[in-house]
Amino acid sequence: MTATSAPARARVTDREGLLARLMLLPAIVYILALVAIPFVVAIAYSFSDVTAGDPSFDWVGLENYRANLDDPVFTRSLWNTFFFTAATMVLTVVFANIVALLLTTDFRGKWFVRFLILLPWTTPAALGAIAWLFMLDSLLSPIDWILWQIGLLEEPRHVVWLGNSGWAKASVIGVQVWRLVPLAAVIIMAGQTSIPDDIKDAAAIDGAGFWRRLWEVTLPLTLPVIAIAVLFGSILTFTDMSLVSVLTNGGPVNQTQVLASWAYVRGIDGGNLAQGAAVAVFLLPLLLAATIAILRAVRRWEVG
Amino acid sequence: MADAVAVETVGLTKLFPGGDRPAVDKVDLATEQGEYLVLLGPSGCGKTTLLRMIAGLEQPTDGEVRIGGDVVNGLPPRARRIAMVFQSYALYPHKTVRQNIEFPLKAEKIPADKRRERAAWAADLLGIAGLLDRRPRQLSGGERQRVALARALVREPSVFLLDEPLSNLDAKLRAVARDDLKDFHKEVGTTTIYVTHDQVEAMGMGDRIVVMLDGQVRQVGPPQAVYERPADTFVATFLGSPPMNLVPRDDVIVGFRPEKALPADVLGERLDGHTRWSLDVNRIEYLSGDRHLHGLATGLGKPTPVIVRLPATVLTPIEAGTTYEFVVRETDLRYFDSETERAREDPS
Amino acid sequence: MTGTVDAAAGPAGPGPDPADATAPRGAAGPTVEQQRRQARRRHVAARIVVYLVAILAALVSAFPFIVEAIITFKRDQDLYAPGNNPFIYNLDPTVEHLDFLFTGTGFLGFVGNTLLVGGAVVAITLVLALPAAYSLARLPLRWGGALGITIFLVYLIPPSLLFVSFSRLVANLDLQDSKWALVVLYPTITVPVSVWLLTGFFRSIPRDIEEQAMVDGYSRLAAFGRVAVPLAFPGIVAVVVFAFTLSAHEYLYASAFVSSSSEKTVSIGIPTELVLGDVFHWQELQAAALLVALPIAFMFNLLLGRFVAGFTMGAVKG
Repeated sequence: MTATSAPARARVTDREGLLARLMLLPAIVYILALVAIPFVVAIAYSFSDVTAGDPSFDWVGLENYRANLDDPVFTRSLWNTFFFTAATMVLTVVFANIVALLLTTDFRGKWFVRFLILLPWTTPAALGAIAWLFMLDSLLSPIDWILWQIGLLEEPRHVVWLGNSGWAKASVIGVQVWRLVPLAAVIIMAGQTSIPDDIKDAAAIDGAGFWRRLWEVTLPLTLPVIAIAVLFGSILTFTDMSLVSVLTNGGPVNQTQVLASWAYVRGIDGGNLAQGAAVAVFLLPLLLAATIAILRAVRRWEVG
Repeated sequence: MADAVAVETVGLTKLFPGGDRPAVDKVDLATEQGEYLVLLGPSGCGKTTLLRMIAGLEQPTDGEVRIGGDVVNGLPPRARRIAMVFQSYALYPHKTVRQNIEFPLKAEKIPADKRRERAAWAADLLGIAGLLDRRPRQLSGGERQRVALARALVREPSVFLLDEPLSNLDAKLRAVARDDLKDFHKEVGTTTIYVTHDQVEAMGMGDRIVVMLDGQVRQVGPPQAVYERPADTFVATFLGSPPMNLVPRDDVIVGFRPEKALPADVLGERLDGHTRWSLDVNRIEYLSGDRHLHGLATGLGKPTPVIVRLPATVLTPIEAGTTYEFVVRETDLRYFDSETERAREDPS
Repeated sequence: MTGTVDAAAGPAGPGPDPADATAPRGAAGPTVEQQRRQARRRHVAARIVVYLVAILAALVSAFPFIVEAIITFKRDQDLYAPGNNPFIYNLDPTVEHLDFLFTGTGFLGFVGNTLLVGGAVVAITLVLALPAAYSLARLPLRWGGALGITIFLVYLIPPSLLFVSFSRLVANLDLQDSKWALVVLYPTITVPVSVWLLTGFFRSIPRDIEEQAMVDGYSRLAAFGRVAVPLAFPGIVAVVVFAFTLSAHEYLYASAFVSSSSEKTVSIGIPTELVLGDVFHWQELQAAALLVALPIAFMFNLLLGRFVAGFTMGAVKG
């Protein structure tokens, strides 16, 4: 039998240190060029007077920030961003846990139900908003029609869901929750199924009923996963402008603006890139704080 | 060209960052062509790290690895003409058995028809020709081992490296697989370095055993030598089941193997050359026809718990709770220095 | 009568089953038969609750889509007549709106653009993320851990801030009003998460198999391509689904950088192009939204198992 060939010399593809750097390079270059640098530039813009019409860069210091603080729409956007996200996440977590529990039990027609439950998430945010645009229309809302039939609302009065400041906010929160619950449920479900069966069996043998098992075993053990779901949900809600844009366009009278949508209105619609940047910068501390808080919580809750 | 020494390590050392002692500490090793060398030791002793450095999966901190006389430090695994079988067998789950076996040949750019030929030859040798179109998940543990061996064989390496390949098999299968491996080695004759923590395996399979602890080699030798004349108390107690009995006396430790002790009355009056001592029997176990007597030994040194193994041929009735006279031939006694725990000559 | 349970007195006796810890000893406790009936009743009640919750959840989730489906075929006179039951066809259903959607609007163009952009973004994401993730998972880099976290932090930089710089960049690259601008920009969103996901996946492949490949004669790079990548397939599927869905969903950049109809994707095309002037073409609008939602939902469901595995791998090991 023939012997194998003479030993080859070590080549580039064997030098693991070099290889590691080379494999990492394209992604790093891309991110540097298209995220890191634009990020710094955008922050610089917020201190300038750049507009779409006049792209020359002139330093104006904190002028844009001062203007924002004087602008009631800005302060409203800031408040809304917090409030909408918090309310959305609370409701989402509650419903998502219920849905997750539902989807981990067996019943007939489960695949179909799961398909329907996932629809709100798999639909693009803007298109989901369109579905609700009709549902919440000031003239044609089917919900109004149902309320007429039940008698809770006097025909032909309308709730004007999106035109009334309070209802508009509720609608924005409601649609966000509707959209996020499937995603959160899927993440939480993954966490629930990773609880070792022995623990669940032990709880059952120990005499724990459904509710006790839920409170004292399932929920505590899935807390890290729930936290991750909250993290992703919060990031998505903080940074989302499509829902507000399509559903209410920030209205009525800018009452439902959030930082993301307001930054867009200022920057693109208004053409004032510098001001748009100044608004968007406020998203950063919120995001960072939320992430650190939740990641720390996850680390603490990580069991075995 | 026949290499007298297939694999050699010179002062091989590996210190992992953050470790408080070297995982492998200045190990000198030389295998003989065609031998079956076993690296034996408890987990953490460095045997696997040593194997991986020979393979090229781990870079040494100091020292040299030589294969076939050439220094191979810095060469990647694929350039070393070695074959390795991992504990998990590492079969490619997404390939068929045939593709698994042909995989190394593809790397050498061997044309498809030659690959087929070689794979068929290897599969025949290991009796798995019928499994060539199956996938790993459809195979039993024993079959997987044979596929791994076929894949290793197909490269015609100068050294086989085996990392605890029997650990994942259940006990019954392990004995069969062990015999398979021995037959395989006899058939193929390639130098083999085999890592295990199981001393029964080591004793049964090795031409020579390298006993390791804490990164250092404690003793090298054929099974019988390592068993009968251990170099220190660690080797003495690691090999043999039950382990060698160690009785402290003044500044020595006296050792004797459980099967070397006999009840005094078996020998009757012919007691020259034997040392007498007493065993206060605590408990008796019946294992595979032998009687294992657990008790306290006095008269050899400090009173110490020992185990004596009486074969079925010794009919002396023994009862727990009674003290008996026992003897050990003086040439069967081993002595170890109390401080260094290394073997020494009879002090008397 | 208190006392310890006598193991010898088995359930054959007339008293309560000693193995049942909740059964009181001695006088008037529920018999085994009663407990069995109770358990069965509780079981049936639980099933009813499960089905109720299932129906409710499905209904709430799908309600707007059901309405969309109905609306698609409604005649204008039916739809706009105040007081008409919106859930039934008071006049005969018609396909004229569906027809108009396909022939009279740019809908099909939007779909085509979305598929093109989505496919390109998936390809770019994989090309960038696969090697990077492998490098972080397997290869020795002192600052590898820090790099991983940095990549995740990059994900946090909001598009709402970046688009300001991007509008200059797009102008400079002469890509304004082109879907290729989106192809260039979307990976900024998909790559960080994909790297995170794939790193977890690569870490979960046993090192043995790759080392075996290296011993068998392959370089580390070849081991990556021939062994690691095929074995990370579920993770790759998760990334493909995620990247494609993200391109189809994205609104901000699409809205900011694409204005002519022929270049728009569904996400931005439908809300803007199907509202002509002040007139909402409800039927076309709803039909379009539904037609886009359903296939994506289908795909998601088929791949759900894989997707979840990919997600939790990344999440737990990350």
